[in-house]
Amino acid sequence: MPPDTTLAPADARPADDLRTLESGLDALQTNAVPEKSRWRNILDGVLPPVLLLIALVGVWQLYVTIARPRPDLVPGPLDVLGAIIDQWGDGRLQLAVLTSLERGGIGFLIAIAVGTPLGLLLAECRPLRLALGPLLSGLQVLPSVAWVPAAIIWFGLSDATVYFVVLMGAVPSIANGLVSGIDQVPPQLRRVGTVLGAGRIQLATLVVLPAALPGYFSGLKQGWAFSWRSLMAAEIIAMGGTIGFGLGSMLQQSRELADLASVLATILLILGVGILVELSIFAPIERRLLRRRGLTPGGIR
Amino acid sequence: MTAQGITTAASQQPDRHAARASAAPAIRIDGLSKRFGADGPLVLEDVSVRIEPGEFVCLLGASGCGKSTLLNIIAGLELPSSGTVTVASGNAAVMFQDAALFPWLTAGRNIELALKLRGVPREKRRGQALELLDVVNLADAARKRPHELSGGMRQRVALARSLAQDRKVLLMDEPFAALDAITRDLLHEELERVWRETGRTIVFVTHNVREAARLGQRVLLMSSRPGRIANEWRLADDGPRRIESPEVSRLSIEITEQLRREIRRNAA
Repeated sequence: MPPDTTLAPADARPADDLRTLESGLDALQTNAVPEKSRWRNILDGVLPPVLLLIALVGVWQLYVTIARPRPDLVPGPLDVLGAIIDQWGDGRLQLAVLTSLERGGIGFLIAIAVGTPLGLLLAECRPLRLALGPLLSGLQVLPSVAWVPAAIIWFGLSDATVYFVVLMGAVPSIANGLVSGIDQVPPQLRRVGTVLGAGRIQLATLVVLPAALPGYFSGLKQGWAFSWRSLMAAEIIAMGGTIGFGLGSMLQQSRELADLASVLATILLILGVGILVELSIFAPIERRLLRRRGLTPGGIR
Repeated sequence: MTAQGITTAASQQPDRHAARASAAPAIRIDGLSKRFGADGPLVLEDVSVRIEPGEFVCLLGASGCGKSTLLNIIAGLELPSSGTVTVASGNAAVMFQDAALFPWLTAGRNIELALKLRGVPREKRRGQALELLDVVNLADAARKRPHELSGGMRQRVALARSLAQDRKVLLMDEPFAALDAITRDLLHEELERVWRETGRTIVFVTHNVREAARLGQRVLLMSSRPGRIANEWRLADDGPRRIESPEVSRLSIEITEQLRREIRRNAA
């Protein structure tokens, strides 16, 4: 602010004086951070991983060209690309990706529907938490593949087996994420809610849940990762019956044919779908969630 | 919330002066004691205070004198062990040292939430929120989020939010303690102006002697362990004071001397 040395007229109202003073101080105390342009942001996020990917594929191709290993043990990037094109050509790739995504998505949604009320119950009801908390944490550590044999015996080779395994993987993460999110709500915010006159339900819906959202969201993210992993494991082990043809099934089928290029191609597909879901769904939501609260997201996504 | 041990009565005070004449205190504390746990130390002992409608009272004391506890009891956040607290207008609005704005809402939405919890219909909330923000000179910041505001601005939003509660009594727990001196000085003026314009009864807890002498019409000094009202000073309210003015300095010296005597008693 330029120094304003002119004397105020005698009849200047002190309230106006205070207003300009306050505005001046506000301007001094807040720094407008210039937003980077949208394209610049995307470029900054996309360029480094793409460059690394190109470099890795280049090294791989160079190794295959120079060392000439047995093609059935070390296929080159072009063989893998060829396998992907073949799988696309006979429609298996689209079928597998769609089947797996559909199952992963539906399983994940069911896991949210089960895990969220469970988490709420655990956070609000202390005896239940003391009883069930350790078990749920244990289930989070238990690899959900371990459930596959039991699920096959219970449900046979059907989609129920796959969903069961996915749920056992994802529900504990989602419930635990919500519980820790609620635990981390600053007590001061609850007090303010109470002072403002919120009842029990209003306090939960208007204060506690929004405040717990970052923790809940990271639980969801982990829940998705567990869903996807469990799904692949279940699809590899449980094949045939009425179970549809997913990415895991395609992987297993390629192994039985000893077709390493197809195996690698499928692994890349599984990885690719995982990255795509993270980048296109979770990362943007999380970035917005954190930026709104003034918590800058850690690292580059 | 109506807590046990706190009686509340509906207020029938059409305006400040009439209320003063009717001699019904805004806050009445009788023989209040507080002990945490069954055999914990006594935090507050036999505190009795009458606060008139529209009065600006500063509660001053060293750490551990129970001034924040007293404020929380008046607010209904804690229960007294014995004695009664009567807030004539029912509940009180509270402002804390930490602005405690909801970080996921803009400044305007924070105020709107307070209005919503008060039962203001949806279509009126936005307009009222803007008016309230304008009272603290922050109408332009309505769409900013708390992390984009400076500490002083956040406290002003918190002040606007507590005004949104539309309660006759405003309790403030060291609201400016974490601010720099320049901002604090400005907020003193702001608060004084808001007090004069809205006629609220304000109870302002602080450990800053000058702040108390600058703001209060009445300063209550509390002794520590257990907390009692040790002394009180009344200031002639002849218009706005400044923190630098000689009467504030004179009073500050007097209060500080007694405050130090009270603290020394704890040395033995």
